[in-house]
Amino acid sequence: MKRFEIIDHTADISIKAYGKSLKELFRNAAFGMFNILADLEGITTSTSLELKLDAPDKEELLIEWLDELLYNFYTKQLIFCDFDITELTDKNLTAKVKGRFIGENKNRLKTEIKAATRHDLHITKKEDTYEVRIVFDV
Amino acid sequence: MGNEWQGPLEKIDAYRWMIPQTYANGMKVPGMIYADENLLKSIKRDRAPQQVSNAAFLPGIVKYSFAMPDIHWGYGLPIGGVVATDIEAGGVITPGGVGFDICCGLRLLRSNLTEKEVRPKLDNLIHALFSNVPAGVGSKSNIKVNAAEEEKIMVKGARWAVEKGFGTKEDLERTEDGGCMEGADASHVSDRAFERGSNQSGTLGSGNHFLEVQIVDEVYDDNAAGILGLDKGAITVMIHCGSRGFGHQVCSDYSKGMVRALSKYNINVPDRQLACAPVNSPEGKAYIAAMKCAANYAWNNRQCLMHKVRGVFEKVFEAGQKDLGMALVWDVAHNIAKFEKYNINGKDKLLCVHRKGATRAFGPDNPAVPGIYRKIGQPVIIPGDMGRNSYVLVGTKKAEEETFGSTCHGAGRLMSRKAAANAPERHTLLRDLEAKGIKVMAAGRGTLAEEAPYAYKNVNEVVDVVHNAGISKKVCRMRPIGVIKG
Repeated sequence: MKRFEIIDHTADISIKAYGKSLKELFRNAAFGMFNILADLEGITTSTSLELKLDAPDKEELLIEWLDELLYNFYTKQLIFCDFDITELTDKNLTAKVKGRFIGENKNRLKTEIKAATRHDLHITKKEDTYEVRIVFDV
Repeated sequence: MGNEWQGPLEKIDAYRWMIPQTYANGMKVPGMIYADENLLKSIKRDRAPQQVSNAAFLPGIVKYSFAMPDIHWGYGLPIGGVVATDIEAGGVITPGGVGFDICCGLRLLRSNLTEKEVRPKLDNLIHALFSNVPAGVGSKSNIKVNAAEEEKIMVKGARWAVEKGFGTKEDLERTEDGGCMEGADASHVSDRAFERGSNQSGTLGSGNHFLEVQIVDEVYDDNAAGILGLDKGAITVMIHCGSRGFGHQVCSDYSKGMVRALSKYNINVPDRQLACAPVNSPEGKAYIAAMKCAANYAWNNRQCLMHKVRGVFEKVFEAGQKDLGMALVWDVAHNIAKFEKYNINGKDKLLCVHRKGATRAFGPDNPAVPGIYRKIGQPVIIPGDMGRNSYVLVGTKKAEEETFGSTCHGAGRLMSRKAAANAPERHTLLRDLEAKGIKVMAAGRGTLAEEAPYAYKNVNEVVDVVHNAGISKKVCRMRPIGVIKG
């Protein structure tokens, strides 16, 4: 199963993320987002961060998750590539994320993402696979 | 893709197409798209018309859910969307109708320089601009401010930069709203937005943001061009950028809050990115106060950027900016909500006008247009793609009567970034641009191909529609000779 794929969107960048579980879907959505931001090929991790988030439903929680990672990317200057979600319900998420400082990895940077949008955001389950399409404002 | 528009589009005349209110249960007004037959073909290919219809659900919307000819699929409102709501009637404001890049806009500088003087130094000039103007993902500035100083930027806008010596009083007169929206209140801005904004004043960013050196190559209105200082053959500089991480964070913060307010106000919108609250609600007021901070941040950012550009020109051409005649022509915001009075069915109403990828286009004699330009109407700056043209237009009375004083904001994308990055033309892109005499430098990997001319609609067609529909008027056209992409 693909983790995510880039799909056509006229102005911005859109991905479709997949997962056998909701946890895997969230992990792959984050992985997809960081693949737009930077070249993750062969990157290793050097630091980690613990996150605890809540939201009224799973779609809002997904946006909260991506927003939180983006905020940390810009302010802590961290490229994340490893997302260990330890707890996930429709309203709560606990995770340990690992990454590397941008510093000497500047040449990995690709496209600036302004935000993950809520446009047409629906988490669906087809047979036993979760999927979601996310439009990023770039 | 399944994105093709299947709904009705009724032809009103050669440049106006209506989505009837009956198209979707819940539309409060019809949709109105400005386009000609040719542009309409590409408009129908993506989901932008659906977004025009979605926006018609917004409580308090008046007249039409408008879309300009550069309309394309965005999030919430389409890019090129104009929506006005009646504040007294419970009209709403939506962060999705402004966008994440609050007060993204354009600034145009003129000069006394000609192509003959610039061409021999073009390589030097573009390299110097590239190394002095921070561009690319998360670009940071040498202008770093503490929280107290950042709050001043939010309240003062471009005036902050001018007080620091980064520009002149004349610059402020030539900026929409004088480069400062009244009513900005930093107490409604999150710590996170403060944090992200602390080191980004004077940075270009990435995506479609750019800095371009151009030549005025065609003048359509000698009188207006003369007043704007845009003679045929003159070198101009165009800057496109917005409120950087600061504005993006403000929009993220408030989009989240608005989703949670939907049930409180019993509002039903077909897309969560259109989450909104009444202008006069606590949620609406808080967003507006923060949005104004971000708008002011953007105007200050463009002022700081222009200061850096002037410094580079002074060095490269070994002359002062006054001798070089590097005056600001105008600065427009094209992602913003404004509060403006219009006559609706014989009554004067205060409306909340969302322009998302649309430009204000006030006509002659409008008191919001500064004295120097009042006779000709407000300047409108329309960038094209990096291989074709850009335009300066002026607003019209007809725009005030018809589109809440609004017109288009650019060429509008035709192709997705993915399709553009994979197009066969990408291999010869730099060579093709160089053959046209255009020197290009880009900070981001892949940005160049994603932003290639073939990814955009032909700006000449887009501008012809707004000109022929009478919602703005052509003054002059520029062509690029040097481009810096974020």
